[in-house]
Amino acid sequence: MMLFMLLFSRQGKLRLQKWYMAYPDKVKKKITRELVTTILARKPKMCSFLEWKDCKIVYKRYASLYFCCAIEQNDNELLTLEIIHRYVELLDKYFGSVCELDIIFNFEKAYFILDELLIGGEIQETSKKNVLKAIASQDLLQEDEAVEGTLRDIGLL
Amino acid sequence: MNSEHGFNPAFNMATIRQAFTEAVERVRMPTPTRLRDLIRQIRAARTAAEERAVVNKECAYIRSTFREEDSVWRCRNIAKLLYIHMLGYPAHFGQLECLKLTASTRFTDKRIGYLGAMLLLDERQDVHLLITNCLKNDLNSSTQFVVGLALCTLGAIASPEMARDLASEVERLMKSPNTYIRKKATLCAFRVIRRVPELMEIFLPATRSLLSEKNHGILITGVTLITEMCENSSDTLMHFKKDSGNREIVPNLVRILKNLILGGYSPEHDVSGVSDPFLQVKILRLLRILGHNDPDASEAMNDILAQVATNTETSKNVGNTILYETVLSIMDIRSEGGLRVLAVNILGRFLLNSDKNIRYVALNTLLRTVHADTSAVQRHRTTILECLKDPDVSIRRRAMELSFALINAQNIRTMTKELLLFLEKADAEFKAQCSSGMILAAERYSPTARWHLDTQLSVLIAAGNYVRDDVVSSTIQLVSSSPVSEQTYITNRFWESLQVANHCEDKQPLLQVAVWAIGEYGDLFMYGSNEDEFERPTESDLIAVYHKFLTSAQVSTTSKQYALVSLAKLSTRLQQCVEEIQALITSFGSHLNVDLQQRGVEFTQLFGNYEQLRPALLEKMPAMQISRISSQNGESSGSFDDNSPEWNGTEGSGNALIESNINTMGENTNILLDLLGSTDLSAGASDLVVATDLSNAVHKKNTRNANDIAPVSNNQDLLDLLDLDMSAPALSATTTTLGGGGDHSSNMNNMLAGLDLGGFGGLDSTAGTGGQGRISSLPTNGNDLANMLGGLGGVGGGGGGLIDGNGGNLLGDLNPTAASNNVTVSPPQNAPKLTALDKNGLLVELVPVIGNDCMKIFMTTTNKSDNTLEQYLFKAAVQRSFNLQMLPPSGYILPPGGVITQEIQVVATSNAVLRMRLRIQYAIDGQQLVEETEVSGFPQQQPSTSE
Repeated sequence: MMLFMLLFSRQGKLRLQKWYMAYPDKVKKKITRELVTTILARKPKMCSFLEWKDCKIVYKRYASLYFCCAIEQNDNELLTLEIIHRYVELLDKYFGSVCELDIIFNFEKAYFILDELLIGGEIQETSKKNVLKAIASQDLLQEDEAVEGTLRDIGLL
Repeated sequence: MNSEHGFNPAFNMATIRQAFTEAVERVRMPTPTRLRDLIRQIRAARTAAEERAVVNKECAYIRSTFREEDSVWRCRNIAKLLYIHMLGYPAHFGQLECLKLTASTRFTDKRIGYLGAMLLLDERQDVHLLITNCLKNDLNSSTQFVVGLALCTLGAIASPEMARDLASEVERLMKSPNTYIRKKATLCAFRVIRRVPELMEIFLPATRSLLSEKNHGILITGVTLITEMCENSSDTLMHFKKDSGNREIVPNLVRILKNLILGGYSPEHDVSGVSDPFLQVKILRLLRILGHNDPDASEAMNDILAQVATNTETSKNVGNTILYETVLSIMDIRSEGGLRVLAVNILGRFLLNSDKNIRYVALNTLLRTVHADTSAVQRHRTTILECLKDPDVSIRRRAMELSFALINAQNIRTMTKELLLFLEKADAEFKAQCSSGMILAAERYSPTARWHLDTQLSVLIAAGNYVRDDVVSSTIQLVSSSPVSEQTYITNRFWESLQVANHCEDKQPLLQVAVWAIGEYGDLFMYGSNEDEFERPTESDLIAVYHKFLTSAQVSTTSKQYALVSLAKLSTRLQQCVEEIQALITSFGSHLNVDLQQRGVEFTQLFGNYEQLRPALLEKMPAMQISRISSQNGESSGSFDDNSPEWNGTEGSGNALIESNINTMGENTNILLDLLGSTDLSAGASDLVVATDLSNAVHKKNTRNANDIAPVSNNQDLLDLLDLDMSAPALSATTTTLGGGGDHSSNMNNMLAGLDLGGFGGLDSTAGTGGQGRISSLPTNGNDLANMLGGLGGVGGGGGGLIDGNGGNLLGDLNPTAASNNVTVSPPQNAPKLTALDKNGLLVELVPVIGNDCMKIFMTTTNKSDNTLEQYLFKAAVQRSFNLQMLPPSGYILPPGGVITQEIQVVATSNAVLRMRLRIQYAIDGQQLVEETEVSGFPQQQPSTSE
């Protein structure tokens, strides 16, 4: 089971945080700080895994963003790299060649996509098509509501 | 274009929507900043302070809208708050608003509301009930996406209470015909069980049908849930093995896996040529749990595992992911021998992979399996040794650990050769562990005694100062238990290596062992038979080398301790240079280091009044027979353990000493000196805890021994008596307190212990007399001995009055820097004193002392008030023409009557008169106070010539 996922930039700015374990806020901040500094200090030729406390850290850099996951001892670290890659692919499909700015300005969308891929730290859907379909349908639902709201506001409905 | 129809619904809809939105924006003024704009503003901030200002302003605004119960813009405000939260600012005040959003009927509100709930809520009781109600409602919604949101939230933040309250809802949704809801509910059930394992029962019936589905979402979530259940309870594991719907679970999983690998290309689930690796890995993991210690189940999955292992495409990470999981499963179940070899070979291939992640995983897995399949792993030894040269540190570390696991009696020579090469070039962080590991391996498998000694020496040379203390003590122990010819040989080698090593201060452990051996076996070394035809130094050459070490500033105190003891021993082994030795030893009688001084004075006594005792006292140490049991089986208590080798290692050897001392007790009086010697063997200069431990152990052992012949009370009396004897000179000693007192008190303990031993040693000749008689006989029978001890006690007292008899100094020694600070900061008594401040009970005094190239100013702050001053900070500023350097203060807290000292160094660059502006900060009861003052009247100093 994945314990948490963090996205942060090369400057160490947090871009997304998803916690599947109940940590107090202070602990979350401490963990984030520790991992960001540790990972940013690692050289590119080092491997993507870290042994950290009682869990394993798997991270990978895509362009200017680091994707970092904590998994349990029994979990497959190579598969976690695949999960990260799958998430990146989904972001890429959704935004159309995604960049860090997309994730900054549409951070909520990035969360929504992750929530269609993982639940409770485990993968729920292995088909990219299904994930994107679910996201698109929900976006549509939101748009319809917006139109409906506007119409109602100006008295057309 | 659809223009021929005259109507394009999509086009018109979009224009209408845009027009409306704009109209609404215009009407509803003022509108809050949009999320996008806020993010832009924050990103435009150039400094952290600017960013904080933007955020604070926005937060204040958001708070006010929350207070006004503005529901129109709540969604937008929460979204902004979530962004602010990600930047690290507090956002807990949005928790309740998130819950209000989730209760809204609009999907947009719910989507953001649940997102906020997942990010902002912790497991607090009061909000828990509210969110549980919201979730319960939404789990019953008719819109699948609303149900989906609720399930996702539950999966992320379910607390045990929430899990209990909503388990039945989740169970109901697990049976939903809608796959979108069903897969989410299944993972929710997984989460619920994670939090509350007792709830497993209610989900069991619903899992039956999960594995007969075609949808991969259902399959993967189902396998995940069943895995969790099986890992959680062995009963459930049995339940699944026996009955899982109509079919048995293992053949069922095998079938699904087979379909995946043989089923041909399916674009939906394909990942670079591999069909749904996520599902394959999950199934392999469940198979591992089912096949563990179950021959039948293992039998049923052997074929498919072999198939996966041979059929998987390995050019990409995906394929290797599956192979990795397969290997783990093969290793964990009762698989066939051939399959296991296949698995190890896959790992062997991994080691050659160009992807460092895969090499890392391979080493990790080999490390786990090496104990089960040593011979299979041995075949990849060369590849593993090759990994010692990998550019990635983590891989090198794993390779090193694995190499140690692979060493056996057959390959010890080649492995040691490789590891020595590694050790020479290894990073500092590896050297300690690697050298200790090599010593252990050599101890266990060495083919010959000489090879063992040579290896030990090579390790000491290669690892230099990174060698742990256990290596030093184990080498000494090894040498002492070797036959005489080997002792001569290795002493010669040690001498050679001292000659060759040009920077002995980088190889102090080697230095320590070498001088120990030369001291111990000096007669053999200088005048014994010379079979190996080593070149021998002249006595004066030898003494010259000692002189170099003992006077070098880079050589540590511990090494010097070894050298002094060694020198004393040499005085009875050499034929000509005794006077030189005596002179060298005597010169330490006034050494600044207390321990060295003590040794100097003690040993000098052996050249003076107690000359006749010297040869007997400095006899060769008996062979240390106790070897660490750990090296044979590695599991007994007090064994060598990677986590705390220093501890156990030294303790082990210390015990060995005690043991041997006790064995030879009663034969001669040299025990005492050996015991004194034992301090330096077992404990480093300030490894005080060990030292006291050791002496405690001595005490215990002796008390036990004593019990055989005398009542305990007598023993106690004896101790009391000696205690008095020892502390008397301390009372008359000057009262200058220095750091390192703790060191001394440990020595005192040792002396006591020694006395204890010596007392009985001496008494042994009159063994059989009554307890009472024993005490009275001490002054007569053990006359010389007691006198000498008295002398030692006196020396200790004279050496700086360190025996203050309390254990408080023990702590002082644990913090050697603090102690040394105290030493440097104490000003000379006769220097003029400037009072900088005397206010509210705070007295700050400065004592300037002109040094060679700078003026040292000793600051002393005394707290004369009844308050405790905390966070005391002393700042000073001088004119431009001076350079000011402040050393760390002795503390930051001033209790009533407390003193803080600090040294300031001022270098003048011109002839100006020094004035100093001071700023003194401190806090009383949390209230900050600042005092400022200016001080002049410092003595004139010459400008520094270098400027």
